Amino acid sequence: MENIKLTKLAECAGCGAKVGAGELARLLENLPVHADPNLLVGFDRSDDASVYRLSDELAIVQTVDFFPPIADDPYTFGAIAAANALSDIYAMGGEPKLALNVMAVPEDMPREAVHDILRGGYEKAYEAGALITGGHSIYDPEPKYGMAVTGFVDPRKLLTNAGAQPGDMLIYTKPLGIGVMTAAIKAELAEEAAAARAYQVMMTLNKAARDVMVRFRTHACTDVTGFGMLGHLLEMAQGSDTAVRLNAQAFDVLENALSFAELGILPAGMYRNRRFAESAVEAGDVPLALQDLLFDPQTSGGLLIAVDPEDADAMLEALQVAAPSARRVGEVEEYRGGKRIFLRNGD
Amino acid sequence: MVLDARGKACPQPVVLALRALETRGEEPLDVMVDNDAAVQNLQRMAAQKGCPAAVLPGEGMWTVRIGQPDGSLAGHIPEAAPCPTCAPENAVVAIGSDTMGRGSDELGKLLMKSYLYALAQLDNPPRTMLFFNGGAKLTTEGSESLDDLRALEEQGTEILTCGTCLDYYGIKDKLAIGSVTNMYRIAELLRTADRLVQL
Repeated sequence: MENIKLTKLAECAGCGAKVGAGELARLLENLPVHADPNLLVGFDRSDDASVYRLSDELAIVQTVDFFPPIADDPYTFGAIAAANALSDIYAMGGEPKLALNVMAVPEDMPREAVHDILRGGYEKAYEAGALITGGHSIYDPEPKYGMAVTGFVDPRKLLTNAGAQPGDMLIYTKPLGIGVMTAAIKAELAEEAAAARAYQVMMTLNKAARDVMVRFRTHACTDVTGFGMLGHLLEMAQGSDTAVRLNAQAFDVLENALSFAELGILPAGMYRNRRFAESAVEAGDVPLALQDLLFDPQTSGGLLIAVDPEDADAMLEALQVAAPSARRVGEVEEYRGGKRIFLRNGD
Repeated sequence: MVLDARGKACPQPVVLALRALETRGEEPLDVMVDNDAAVQNLQRMAAQKGCPAAVLPGEGMWTVRIGQPDGSLAGHIPEAAPCPTCAPENAVVAIGSDTMGRGSDELGKLLMKSYLYALAQLDNPPRTMLFFNGGAKLTTEGSESLDDLRALEEQGTEILTCGTCLDYYGIKDKLAIGSVTNMYRIAELLRTADRLVQL
């Protein structure tokens, strides 16, 4: 079979294709929103998924996510898209149960390639313990794949991005630099091993990190995707009405990502995220390239967790197996007006 | 040498420019791009390569002019078309080192001194000059360029030095010209400049 390069068919890569947060807010302006006491998390909140309470013990969590090819290999693309879609359920503290494929393919795309995209999706869904029950496919010159996922959560254990409390420790579970490495791979600048590592990180489910997180006093969680670390962190800080301090040096960073950022191998989404969030960020003396990594869109990024400070050490230790890139990256504090995010370049 | 990278999604303009930098001669490399991300990516690339870069805005596009690693773009930047009714151009010169270019520091210091001298002699002084990191040594006591900077200030150039940098080098009380600024102002000035010269 001819080796097809999927990313050549895509204008934007992965979560870099996401409509910017500021633009999205304008698009949603003035649309009617109906209130329902059982809708625990809805449209009006900048969160990862919507949550509807069915009973005192049970709520359904719903999300949908899809994007153009982020990898040339169809199986890898399918697995990443699925891991990314499933992640929103984990970020709410839930467990995915049902999934529907969302797919667009060019008419002339080889059948084996389409099959491999789906195989990547099915294997991730299986690993997550979710059933794929159907889906919808259309023809489109630019391929796209993802999933609509339904999960369940005990509403008393629901985690939103709005629960962070002053004093909480912030933990992030994956390495940064996914968007930069994707751009470098697309530019054919990345070495094979570094590219393989980036794909492996994107294909990794946030399931294991979620399973650890729910055993501790976690106050808030979100998954870091298209808006980048600082975009999602800002949503958490705003949703929780807190400020946060972040140690930019504390993150695990994908190999070579910092040097590619210095060289200007940055996706357009990084600049969109900067425009959206930077007015709320005091960047301190953090070097520009490292700031760029914090604004970089992360396809299938990790969980950003605000945990009770007394549980932080134990959670980190438990995460060492489930998510070896997990690091303590900052602290939540009271909001006193002005900037919400304060960066520092080391401890 | 001119490289037309319009219509190319990032990171292609940087990739093409990196290749072109290897083959260009003495002339600056002009990269034509049509989006803001490409402009900023090229500026980062030039900074990483130690090359000065200037952004020349055009109709629905920009030209990023990239100089030699040890050179300056003085003489390669067209003077603004004379237009008495136009608002003066918002040119910003950003200086992040007390040396010019990479290589010998001794030579770099001489080059920087002569650049600031030359800049003070030219017409159309920049509206703003930013000094950060090692550049802060140029606006503080002991700098050999204070007279030239004073001449620029008299012609209307605003001279700003990064406060964090003064603190870092322990020379905040030695600032000899202009005023102290912070990263917001610097970021804003870099973003809103009609023309940006980075050294």
